[in-house]
Amino acid sequence: MSAVTIHDAEADARISLRGHLRHTGALIRRNLLWIRKDPESMADALLMPVIFTLLFVFVFGGSIGQALGGGQDRYVQYVIPGMIAMMSMTLSQGVGTGFSQDFNSGVMDRFRSLPIGRGSVLFAKISVELLRMLFATAVLMIVAVAVGFEITNWPGLFATVALSTAFASSIMWVFLTLGVILKNAQSVQAMGFLVLFPLQFGSSIFAPTTSMPGWLQAFTDYNPLSTLADAARGLMVGGPVAHDLWVTLGWSVAITAVMAPIAIHKFRTKS
Amino acid sequence: MTRIHKNTGGAAVTVRGLVKHYGETKALDGVDLDVREGTVMGVLGPNGAGKTTLVRILSTLLAPDTGQATVAGYDVVRQPRQLRRVIGLTGQYASVDEKLSGWENLYMIGRLLDLPRKDARSRADALLERFSLTEAAKRPAATYSGGMRRRLDLAASMIGRPSVLFLDEPTTGLDPRTRNEVWDEVKRMVGDGVTVLLTTQYMEEAEQLASELTVVDRGRIIAGGAIEELKAKVGGRALRIRPADPTQLRPLAAALDELGITGLATTTVDTDRGDVLVPILSDEQLTAVVGAVTSRGITLSAITTELPSLDEVFLSLTGHRASAPQDAVPAEDLQEAAV
Repeated sequence: MSAVTIHDAEADARISLRGHLRHTGALIRRNLLWIRKDPESMADALLMPVIFTLLFVFVFGGSIGQALGGGQDRYVQYVIPGMIAMMSMTLSQGVGTGFSQDFNSGVMDRFRSLPIGRGSVLFAKISVELLRMLFATAVLMIVAVAVGFEITNWPGLFATVALSTAFASSIMWVFLTLGVILKNAQSVQAMGFLVLFPLQFGSSIFAPTTSMPGWLQAFTDYNPLSTLADAARGLMVGGPVAHDLWVTLGWSVAITAVMAPIAIHKFRTKS
Repeated sequence: MTRIHKNTGGAAVTVRGLVKHYGETKALDGVDLDVREGTVMGVLGPNGAGKTTLVRILSTLLAPDTGQATVAGYDVVRQPRQLRRVIGLTGQYASVDEKLSGWENLYMIGRLLDLPRKDARSRADALLERFSLTEAAKRPAATYSGGMRRRLDLAASMIGRPSVLFLDEPTTGLDPRTRNEVWDEVKRMVGDGVTVLLTTQYMEEAEQLASELTVVDRGRIIAGGAIEELKAKVGGRALRIRPADPTQLRPLAAALDELGITGLATTTVDTDRGDVLVPILSDEQLTAVVGAVTSRGITLSAITTELPSLDEVFLSLTGHRASAPQDAVPAEDLQEAAV
């Protein structure tokens, strides 16, 4: 029987583009089935935008709004674009923890012993997490409107979503790498938290940086989350965009250029 | 791309001088191995002997430090993709997605193996049927029992109609009844002409499934050959005979010693258990012993054969016990097959 099943070896060594798409599609379907079977796994994407928006708007909104020269309404316009930036970062962690689980459950060994491109597994995971992120963004915008955010610029909103998606997909390579090299999902989460926390709060997401000490401003000015948040504000509410847009895109390209090859290499050579 | 000469029959797996270190530890220390097409090779050894490392290298999950290995004519390092197309892997590690149902797992793997949707569907149905999982097809694999899980693992490995199948400790952790189920499935797969390389810690499992055996210890091969030869080397089976009347114990032993069966080793009387232990080397000897006992008119209450445990195999081959103490096979695991 082996003589019959052995294909032309040269042809088998290559995987066509259609093959890659088919494999990636099958793996995306797998990850979507996970969500269907376990809708609670969407809880973070659903609750985080709700809780954070309510928390920041009603707890800090009044006082920060005053400092901005308005009130809570003024703060809503300030913080919502920043929230989109924050979520792109926080939800990106999911690729790392999910990957770590797949390695520990043994299903990754099954995938790696199949004749599929290793990239398919990575791209499928990233695609599904980006979908989750878009879902979270939609939830965020609904809550935002409920607390008084005015969407005046729809193209600006879509441009913001596109920009934060681009940035998130670059950050996901970092978390994929962590998911491959760290022992378990808990370590990925802990490490992710260490990275995320200073980046999120040492930024212009929640409050303007003008009152921060100079050394911190130096950090926040080049923190990609600040530039992403500022670009989002410019696009959605109005104000300067170009500089922050380019810095954010620059970060996205640089992070992807460095981290994607590392993630793929670590994934290929993981024992 | 390297040109591949077609596998002209004979060797399904060829391993030469395979070495793999993990830091200071030598997981494989120069392993040579040949598995002929259509046969079942058992690789017997304790935990940490290097069995899993060997399987992971042969299934391209791990790169060797030095040495060469080919599976179905494909080099594990240079032709991993072609190789992956002709192998199946079921292991302690390679597993199914627990959140997906049995059917969804098989369908997904079918698609990953480039089956058209329709074929992936029918193949999933057929394999679930074959592995008696049709009723559980729609349930998440997480709800399956240990035996069902292994059967699903086996089904998953069979989707691509592999010519070489790697089974890494396929029944470790299963209860005896479930283990028998899995053995039956493996035997059916072998009947279909698949070449199997099987790792195990149990002599009994090796005897049930394998035609040839390789014994590994600390990354080295310490013995190999046809299973019958090896059994003869390590003392083979022993027959345990219990007379219904305990006072018949000594007369029974005396009768056996008087038989004069060629090559029959000395019998041992086990007064605690109330039986007589007779080492036997062949089925002919076994038949002769049973015949002699019944012709003397001694009523028996039990007669069983025992296989040597992994520990005993190691003791007789290497003079030391299996390296990892936790691998000592518990007494219940000794073969107790009714004759």
